[in-house]
Parts: sequence; C-alpha cells; structure tokens
Amino acid sequence: MTSVETRLPAGRAPAATAPPRRRGPSPMRRRENAAAYILITPFVVVFALLIVVPIIYSGYLSLYREQLVGGNTFVGLENYSRALSDSSFLSGVGRMAVFLVIQVPIMLGLALLFALLLDAGVLYLGKFIRLGIFIPYAVPSVIAALMWGYLYGTDFGPAAQIAERLGISAPPFLSQDWMLFSIMNIVTWSFIGYNMIILYAALRSIPSELFDAAAVDGAGRIRTAVSIKIPAIRPALILTAIFSVIGTFQLFTEPNLLRSLAPNVIGTDYTPNMYAYNLAFINRDSNYAAAIAFILGVVIMIVSYTVQLSTQRKERAAR
Amino acid sequence: MSRTTNTWRRKATGLTAGMAVAAMALTACSGGDSGGDAAETTTTVSQADIDEAMTTPTKLTFWTWVPDIENQVQLFMDEYPAIEVEVVNVGQGADHYKKLRSALQAGKGAPDVAQLEFQHVQSFALGDNLLDLTPYIPADTGEDYVDWVWQQVQSTDGSKVWSIPQDAGPLGQLYREDILTAHGIEVPTTWDDFAVAAKTLHEADPNVYLTNMPGNDMGQFAGMLWQAGARPFGWDGDQEVTIDVTSDEATKVAQYWQDLIQADLVSVDPDFTDGWYQGLANGKYASWAPAAAWGPVFLQGTAANTSGLWRAANVPQWDASGDPVSANWGGSSDAVLASSENPIAAAQLALWINHDPVSTLKFANEQFLFPTTTDTLANPEFTDLEPEFYGGQQVNKLFAEISETVPQDFGWLPFMDYAYSAGQETVGKAIADKGDIVAALQAWQDDLVSYAEQQGFTVK
Repeated sequence: MTSVETRLPAGRAPAATAPPRRRGPSPMRRRENAAAYILITPFVVVFALLIVVPIIYSGYLSLYREQLVGGNTFVGLENYSRALSDSSFLSGVGRMAVFLVIQVPIMLGLALLFALLLDAGVLYLGKFIRLGIFIPYAVPSVIAALMWGYLYGTDFGPAAQIAERLGISAPPFLSQDWMLFSIMNIVTWSFIGYNMIILYAALRSIPSELFDAAAVDGAGRIRTAVSIKIPAIRPALILTAIFSVIGTFQLFTEPNLLRSLAPNVIGTDYTPNMYAYNLAFINRDSNYAAAIAFILGVVIMIVSYTVQLSTQRKERAAR
Repeated sequence: MSRTTNTWRRKATGLTAGMAVAAMALTACSGGDSGGDAAETTTTVSQADIDEAMTTPTKLTFWTWVPDIENQVQLFMDEYPAIEVEVVNVGQGADHYKKLRSALQAGKGAPDVAQLEFQHVQSFALGDNLLDLTPYIPADTGEDYVDWVWQQVQSTDGSKVWSIPQDAGPLGQLYREDILTAHGIEVPTTWDDFAVAAKTLHEADPNVYLTNMPGNDMGQFAGMLWQAGARPFGWDGDQEVTIDVTSDEATKVAQYWQDLIQADLVSVDPDFTDGWYQGLANGKYASWAPAAAWGPVFLQGTAANTSGLWRAANVPQWDASGDPVSANWGGSSDAVLASSENPIAAAQLALWINHDPVSTLKFANEQFLFPTTTDTLANPEFTDLEPEFYGGQQVNKLFAEISETVPQDFGWLPFMDYAYSAGQETVGKAIADKGDIVAALQAWQDDLVSYAEQQGFTVK
C-alpha cells in the first residue's frame, strides 16, 4: 500500500488520485480489522451485558415509582429531584467528600513515599518490605474490617487492653467522632500497598538516561525524586488518584461491617452506596435506589474529571 | 392451658393417619392451585386431593436457618416417602428476607416453604406472596396453638392463615442471683422496683449495671411497647395502616428508660455484639431484662463460665395489682409461597413439622426453640427440665406459664423491616446517645407516616 503512494508522479495533487484508492481498505487491512473485531468481541459482549445493560435498566427503573400499594407509575425525573433534597443522601456524599480530602492524600502520599524508598534501594530487606506493605491488599476487605473491628473493640481489643494496663483510657475508635477516621485507617491500611505497586512499577519504567543526566548535573537522591521521578510518573499518580476517588464514593464493605459493632453510630445512610443498598433492600424502593446510584455515578465522574483536569493543568503550568 | 395430652394424642393420630380431620372441615375439591389472587377465591382441598398429593413423587424446597432442622424434615419424609424436601439455608434473618424478596420479584427461584419471623408475616402477605393455608389445614388447627401465637400468623381480619408457628419468645427476665444477693437486692417484680434496684446496685458497685438497654434492638423495644399496652402498629390487610408509636403507653416506656439511662443506671451497649457477650459473661450486667423465652438457652452458650449463677423470673410489671402481663420478642413460622407448584405438599410440610408432637418436642429440646403448641408447652419432657446453668430451676415451666400472659392483639405493619430500621435511627440512636427518647418517638412516628404515605398507604 505504501509502495503505491510512493510511486505517485511528482507535482500531481495526491487528492486527485487518493479518493478512489481509499474506497476500501486493502485485503490485508481488512483481514487485520476482522481479526481485531473478533478479538474484542468477548470484551464488548461482556461489557454490554454487565455494564451497559444494567446501567440502561437502572436508568429505566429510576424513572418509575413502585409503591407497596398502588403499583408502578411513571414519574419522570421525580426520583432525581427527591434525591437532590434528600438530607440522607447529601450528608452521605458530604461525609465521603471529607473522607476523600483527608484519606486519599495521606494514602497516596505514603504509597508514593514507600515506592520512592523502594525504588531508591535505600531500604534494607526491600523485597520483604515491599511484600509486607502489599499484603494488606491481599486481605479481603471483609476480613480487614472484621479484624480492625476487633482491634478497635472498646472492652476487649488490644488497644483498649494496652491502654488499661497503662492506666489510661483507649480512644473510643467506634464512637461518633472517631468512626470516620477509624474507617479511613482501615482503607489506608488496605490500599497503600496496591497504590505503591502501581507507582513502583511506573518508577521502574523511567528511562535510566534521565538519572544519568541528573547525576551529571549533580542532583542528589531527593532532588532526583522531586524533579525527575515524581513528574515522570504523573500519569500513574493520576490513575491512582482517580481509582481512589471512585473507591471512596463506593465505600460500602468497611462501614457496613463496622455497623454491627456500632449500630447506632453508622446509620443506613452512612455512605451513599450503603444508602442505595438499604433503599433497595430495607425500604423496598429500588426505583429511588436506582436514581441515587445514577446520581452517585455522575458525582464520581465529575470529581474524577476534576482531579484529572486540575493535575493536567498543573502539568501544563509547570511546563 | 386448657388442652390435655389426651386430646393432643387423639388429634395427632388423626393427623398423621392422613388428615382425616381435614375431610370433615373442607368441602368440594378443585385442583390444588391457588393463584394468590386478591379477589377472594378460596380454593378448597379435599382429603382425596391431600392423599393424592402426598403419595405423588414431589420435590419441595424449604428455606430456613434453623440448625439441624433436617432432623424434623427427615421425620416428615419418613412419614411421606413420596415427598422429597431439600432444606436450604440462604442466611439468617435479613439475608434470608433479601433473597426471598429478590426471588419473588424475579418471579422464579423462590422456595415452596420459607421461614418467616412473626413481625414479617404481614410484610410478605402484602403483594399476595403467601398462600392462604386455610383450605389446606384442618379448620381447628389454631386451637392447638397458644392463642396469641396463632394471632401472629393470621391475616388481620382472621380469615386467612399465612403460616404455621414454629417458635415464640415470651418475655421474662434472667438475672444473676449471686450479684443481687450480694447487694441485698430482691428480684424486682415491677418496673418501679426495677428502677430502684438499678440505682441501688449501680451505686453499690459502679462497674455493674442492673441491665443493658440496647439502642439497636427494635424487636426488644417492640416487646416492651407490647407489654406496656401500646398497640403501635396495625394493618387492615389492604391500604390502611395504623401507626401510633407516640401513644401514652409508648411514651411511658420511653420516659422510663430515658430516666434510667440519663442517670447512668443502665448501660446502653448494642446487643448481640462482642462487647455485649462479654458484658453478660463478666458480670457487667446483673440481668438481661426483658429477655425472651429463647434467652435462657442462648445465654448458656454465651456466658458458659457463669453456669449456676443465673435464675429466671417473670418480666417486671407496670401494674403490680393486676394479672401479670408479658409480651413477645422474636419467634418465627413457616409459610408457603403462593408461587409454589405443590401447595398441598408444601402446606403439609409446614404444618407437620410444626405440629407433630415428636417433631415439636425435638424443636423444643434439641434446637431449643420455645414451643408454640399448647401440648408441647405442657409436656413434662419439656417443662420438667432442670438446667444446671439456672441452678436446677425449671426455666421452661416458668416461661410456659409466662406464655399464657401475653396479650393477643398485637399487630404489625406490612413493612416492618423499614419500621425497625427507622426506629433504630431515631429511638435507638437516642438510647445510644443517652438523649431524648421521648422526642425520638415523635421522629419515628413522622418517619413511619411519611414512608407509609409515600408507599401508597392511608394512615389512620
């Protein structure tokens, strides 16, 4: 195909001859395309069945209201307007926003720190430490929440017992004021390793010429980290930040399990995801739950996009 | 207890011999399918239909979380070899109901027979999910059960039977005899005495509370309302619900606990949590009051190290002068889903395992489910047990007597899962925060009314 184009007589506008040739791809290209379509078919099918269809279905559900008495009626966007003035939903979103602003920077900061330390090779037993930090991620979040729930226990947990030995009282980890931070701690513990691995992998793929150049310029380890490594892995940082945003707003397992320990601190509307779940299964209002889920999806999209845009803008400004 | 063991035996023989009683009680036959239609089409089932159904090879699915219920089911299958029952445990309580609702909503996958706690029977009856058992069981079946229990499984107007009672939970109190004796405190017989005892005990030993009032157990709270004479919930079986959680009686209960809690005379730990188990085992709570009839056995497992120190007594009374009044907390039944393709066999299963004397005694003595049939409640093999944990006290006999003092007329809303969830977030939260429980009743009321209206009910 390239050979045909190179043989074009000089001075003749390519546009004149190009259209007839572009009518269809060459047999080779066609075969490649066919193979590509076949290869992505399984993905498209699964994506359609598990993502697109449920989204369309819940979108459809969210436009109706099914009452326990009186059946199903089309209500248009009523569920959406109800959600926007629903204090349960809004306070859940607000709580998650607080969570996001505090927990995500701490978690990603620590993940970055560990990744840089491992990458710089300044840690003894590097492999062992890397595995140690990653292991909590391998613990299912259900187990993690149960385990921490035990550690937090006010009567029998180790923290309480140690405090008792010392003659002081342990912090009330499961109380109203502490609960959000206790959950942040569990999530941070679980996900530092995961984010660290992503960042560490990105660090390993930075071309070594850059370090050589930095060394020639006389940059020390810290200077190299700040001026070369961190900017170089910015895409990975953005990725982990967006994953964390999504994860935060989807928070469900940890509060749902701690709820059994502190049933009056964690209400059914503690996080937006818990609220949607309880609307569907306790309040038997799956239509409204669908609307809440939809709005939550939009919120996640907006926040993720903001994160992405703001970091890109910073990047541009930096240049 | 009016019925004697003799009538029981007569009846039981009649039943196991092939439901001869049913033949007299019922008239013409017509298939055995029940559409569960809202229009009152009562399908009647003849003895011939029952005989045929029970000898035709059939497979039933039974969802329940009762441990070792396979033993009772096996007895049933021995009785009716043509029927094969698959017992499935899809989770306890909330999980079980979620799966059941999902299956009902999906229109497939629902079992033939399912366990339902008393407070959820009406919720499932709403939407015609349950089979009316009236045509499938002898007309006088209700007479074999404790009156108030039977009331729990009927439609609000008494014309339909939604399920067969399995176990119940009349309220009493369980207390640490050693702790009360050490402080010279008599077992309180009235709630007034109880409050005084709570003060005396906690002042004498600041580490001990007379009892714990959990903010997460609306089942227990509903039992307290029931005992105090409040009738907060009701449903006419159609569109009208009664919501009255702010009545004088309910307010009396809320005020009583509010006073104790705010004076720090009872603790407010959530129940059925590790901390609470710990509290029962290490003497933080000198009693579990009110506790239900399933409590004694439950406690033996939870606080095994305190064996011999506990005793049981009647629940404290509001009115010392009248007859003792108790109430109920918990209890469950087995219902047949309207979607069952084998309604006759399914109804026989639900009835048989909860009615046959061998089966019900097994429930009482092996699974420790507090009985609902009058004959098992009077059976010496049940009542005369003297568990060492209670210093040889005949706890079953006591609770069997208490069972007779439960007022009958306590109804439920057709959306109790929401009612309890909303109650926990208002009243329960006020308890846990040592706040204004009386004001929380009003919040609960408002919440329930607005939910009911949103769901299309008329609120009375």
